Amino acid sequence: MNKKKKKTIKTIKVDVDKCNGCRTCEVICSAFHATPKYSSNNPARSRIRLIRDPLRDMYIPVHAGEYSDAECAGRDKYVIDGKEYEECAFCRASCPSRDEFKEPDSGLPLKCDMCEGEDEPLCVKWCLNDALVYEEREEEVEEDEQEAQEEMEIGLEALADKFGLEKITDAVARMGEKDR
Amino acid sequence: MRYAETGFNLEIDLSRGSIERVESDPELTEHFLGGLGTNAKILWDRVPPEVEPFSPENLLIFSAGLLCGTPAIGCNRTIVSTISPQTKLMAYSMMGGFWAPELKYAGYDKVIFRGKSPDLVYLWIKDDKVEIRDASHLKGKGSNETADLIRQELNEPKAQVASIGMAGENRVFFASIEQGRSSASRLGIGAVMGDKGVKAIAVRGTKDINVAQPAEYLALCNEVLEYIKWRNDNPVPGVMTILQGLGSPQEMKVHDEKWHTENFMWGNSRVRRRDFWNEGVAQKWAETLDTMRTRLISCFNCPMECGATITPPGQPTFMMKCFSKLTYTMAAFSDLDFGLKIAQRATEYGVDGFSTPQVMAFGLELYENGILTDEDMPGMPSDNEGRFYWLLDKIVRREGIGNVLANGTYWAAKEIGKGAQEYAHNNIKKHEQLPLKLSMLNPVYFLMYCTGEKINITQIEGQFPQAPYPKREHREAFVKDWFQVPDEKFKQYFLDWEPRGENSNPYYPTVQMSCDIVDWQERMHYIDDAVGMCAGLSSFPMKPPYHIHNYPKFITSGAGIEMDEEKLTQAAKRYRTLVRAINISRGMRRVDEKPPENHWKKRFPELEEKLLDAYYKFKGWNNDGIPTKETLDELGLDYVSKDFLKRGILTENEDASSDETSAEKEEE
Repeated sequence: MNKKKKKTIKTIKVDVDKCNGCRTCEVICSAFHATPKYSSNNPARSRIRLIRDPLRDMYIPVHAGEYSDAECAGRDKYVIDGKEYEECAFCRASCPSRDEFKEPDSGLPLKCDMCEGEDEPLCVKWCLNDALVYEEREEEVEEDEQEAQEEMEIGLEALADKFGLEKITDAVARMGEKDR
Repeated sequence: MRYAETGFNLEIDLSRGSIERVESDPELTEHFLGGLGTNAKILWDRVPPEVEPFSPENLLIFSAGLLCGTPAIGCNRTIVSTISPQTKLMAYSMMGGFWAPELKYAGYDKVIFRGKSPDLVYLWIKDDKVEIRDASHLKGKGSNETADLIRQELNEPKAQVASIGMAGENRVFFASIEQGRSSASRLGIGAVMGDKGVKAIAVRGTKDINVAQPAEYLALCNEVLEYIKWRNDNPVPGVMTILQGLGSPQEMKVHDEKWHTENFMWGNSRVRRRDFWNEGVAQKWAETLDTMRTRLISCFNCPMECGATITPPGQPTFMMKCFSKLTYTMAAFSDLDFGLKIAQRATEYGVDGFSTPQVMAFGLELYENGILTDEDMPGMPSDNEGRFYWLLDKIVRREGIGNVLANGTYWAAKEIGKGAQEYAHNNIKKHEQLPLKLSMLNPVYFLMYCTGEKINITQIEGQFPQAPYPKREHREAFVKDWFQVPDEKFKQYFLDWEPRGENSNPYYPTVQMSCDIVDWQERMHYIDDAVGMCAGLSSFPMKPPYHIHNYPKFITSGAGIEMDEEKLTQAAKRYRTLVRAINISRGMRRVDEKPPENHWKKRFPELEEKLLDAYYKFKGWNNDGIPTKETLDELGLDYVSKDFLKRGILTENEDASSDETSAEKEEE
């Protein structure tokens, strides 16, 4: 039988009506993720991007999501309140179709980590106009045995690819010895 | 490694079409900080007083401030410096928006133009790639239109573009440079840009800006952030709404314009309408603003919402801030609907929202008084609003009478003659001032009007309340959390300031107190203009988040330059004195340092002389307003004193007022 487990869903609620287009979120994000922390900043490294066109009244802060190695085959356009948006304006992917969410020098994909270790993501903290609001909620989800099994196998496969199956088997055996 | 700044300037020779990337001297940063400070140094070194504003040898410098591009909130100003065609003195207009940080991210602190391009061009900076590109297809285009077209043709939606409109192309003496949601408007620097054949500078940067002590710097930024939050929740009581909070006066937010419309002057800064504001007007103007205002917007890295996007029905959207909301309305005796609509066109043409309406009202006043006639105004419509549109079009094209008015009220009056000079009544140093006419002389404002070298009161006033509080208990409450003061004595100055009686204007604040107050206000503006901080979070409002006590720490941990209050004060004094030296070398003297004759009804010539005498002495200037040899040498500006001696501006055995360099010392 499946067990229930609690899961924390981290959400940044984006209220585009409150965004004033200042790009503070980009500044503090890139500063936080600099090494050493805060030693530099560069909005082109930020994991949040403001898609901004003031004369057309468009302001959409987007957080970097998953990397995608292929761009979408077809891209839609959305008309909202008379304003026409590219689908990409809302998309969180780091993908070949655009510059967003890539390190400017290496081209490696960027992904929002909700500023791990901080009370709330810093883009939220620094947004005094509440265009970005952090919310945490707990959800009870079914713990799916099947899913857990699949997850483990994917992980093992990756390790086997990297180190060879033999080494992995040896390692598992050694770990078994220790436990005993 | 350079911190906060990039350490590189772009040198563009427009005559030859050459582009160089030149490393700057870190020692200059230590002495002059950056922004206005290093701009002044470059102008002193490279633009001698013989160079005319429209000469190829004049420089046009776009500079980011020292801390622009770092996480310091509100630090986004571009300081543009050149020689003004209107005043023939140094011009240093500034703009907020998004341009300066982008320039830093591209890897440069300044763009320095020299020479003249034979054809209209624009500069495209993308990190290490810098190009001079043809702009002939952009000739005559509006400033916003130009920015949009450039972003499209480069396929760079994130490029920040500073551009001129038709007024700059045609060298109108009050042409602006427009950018983002801001503009560098005053003193005609757009005309110099047009004269150099530069339509726009587009920039996009993707590099890092480093700070020297990351943890310390961020802690300071967080303190500022927290203080802004607190200050937004705790407006200063006892003053009118627009002075209570932080930021530029929140003109885009407020509906109630009773104070401006009844206290500022209408027309050619002539008529005060004491009973103008009523329910009918309030309702109509509120409707106008609510219909046309799309959104309140900010500059780069700033939570304040001082600007707005405005869309007049049937016209393109434009961006506006502050008092230009009312300048056209009031110059034309019209309403807000007219003011916002004509401002859209004026923004595309790229003209200064302070000077332009006044120049047009001046032209119409001459016409009403028969000094200009129908012959001068062929085809001018008969309705007042139509006339403003007509004049605006003539001015920016320099057609007919527009060609005369395009030089501003001072030069136009001179050219027109026939008593027209009497109508150019609201200038200081040939530059149009805010339309304000008051009753009782205010000693602090007298000094600021006289000696301010931005020649614009809003760029020197701030921090100290504009008027006394009627009740002592309110004054006591005010000073309680006034930690921004550089010295406790300022609290006492304010506590003892009464609306009436012995301790009131014009004799209180006393001469010496006035010197102290003006010096403090000016110093903070000068620091802002070097680090690139918006005056709206610093020198302009009361009780701001940036002040003399935390600025040194920002510079130490940000730029890695060891700084304390004294050293910072000295640096600000150094480049402030250098700005004056440039103007002195161009002929500015005491006789030029006066407010408009009719600014106050009640004047006190003796007191005014005393004030100026004392302030000059306090600043280490001689009685003609010239920095003395001792002052210059003490600031490390001995090359200036040598030049002054060579030119006969100073003489060797002058009775210099340097024995006591400050009134403060005298007091001790």
